[in-house]
Amino acid sequence: MEVSSQERVIATLKEKYEDEILHVETPYNFLTITLKKEKIVEIIRFLYESPDLRFQYLTSLGGIHYPELKQIAVFYQLHNLYSNERLRLKIYLPEENPVTETITSIFAGANWLERETYDFYGVIFEGHPNLKRVLNVEDMIIFPMRKEYPLEDQTRDDKNDDMFGR
Amino acid sequence: MQTVANTSGVSMGEKPPGIEGAGFFATSLEKVVGMARKNSIWPLPFATSCCGIEFMATMGAHYDLARFGSERLSFSPRQADLLMVMGTIAKKMGPVLRQVYEQMAEPRWVLSVGACACSGGIFDTYSVLQGIDRIIPVDVYVPGCPPRPEQIIDGVMKIQHLVETESLRRRESPEYKAMLNKYGIE
Repeated sequence: MEVSSQERVIATLKEKYEDEILHVETPYNFLTITLKKEKIVEIIRFLYESPDLRFQYLTSLGGIHYPELKQIAVFYQLHNLYSNERLRLKIYLPEENPVTETITSIFAGANWLERETYDFYGVIFEGHPNLKRVLNVEDMIIFPMRKEYPLEDQTRDDKNDDMFGR
Repeated sequence: MQTVANTSGVSMGEKPPGIEGAGFFATSLEKVVGMARKNSIWPLPFATSCCGIEFMATMGAHYDLARFGSERLSFSPRQADLLMVMGTIAKKMGPVLRQVYEQMAEPRWVLSVGACACSGGIFDTYSVLQGIDRIIPVDVYVPGCPPRPEQIIDGVMKIQHLVETESLRRRESPEYKAMLNKYGIE
């Protein structure tokens, strides 16, 4: 995305949601805006409906665990297919109670992505029509992509030396 | 053009031990049944990944499992004799595999092909079953990542040996039932 159009997006967003923006950066020339968590759905809807921005395609949505911050981030990657512009939004939720609102009312495709984020990070998306595990076994009791859980299968006892990370 | 009589290259299956005379051959029923079963095993391929590709080569003309009487794949577990598990079994796939095994009629054998099916292989991770012998009994393990078709054939021949020599009453034995009970199957 060109710098001029990045600035246009930032300016349009600041016009209305100045107070919600925490941080703006462009890693690898990918405009990334960190927002407060409260109005995320409203902002995504604004980005969708605004005739200037038209971010009407959800590329991806997922979680990131920051154990040192004790926070779980949820990121949204939006795409303007008219002008081929991309945008990443990021919100931070507390590790012990990661709750945010669903965006399935805007993007139906967010359904499985939010279920996946719940499955691996335990993020609760309020208002989701069917928030249950999508990839892992249903009786799993952990959220495996959180860093406090080890990657390896813990039921093995034949790989207990220092070579196998147990 | 010369014609060569093609009789010397054909080999027949070995005769079981017995008493032979003019026009008759006597042996025990068990040995005859074993020989018949051995050479008509219907495999059920349960292929989930790269070992399945090796299995396709095994079934192809070059390696040709038909030479062992196993060319007829059974895609219904109810008619299959041999369950060939080839590939990584995720924990979510575990109950499916178990159900397939339970649907097979006795006598049934299981061949575990490849490192993943045998032990989880390189996938030492929370989502992968660490060897199918955690949920179903296995008769023969074929190591390799993936094993070559020759190894798979070797595994099938080991199964053939088990099929040939197995006692007809083994499946009714208390040891066998106890073994199944250990897996929680009936």
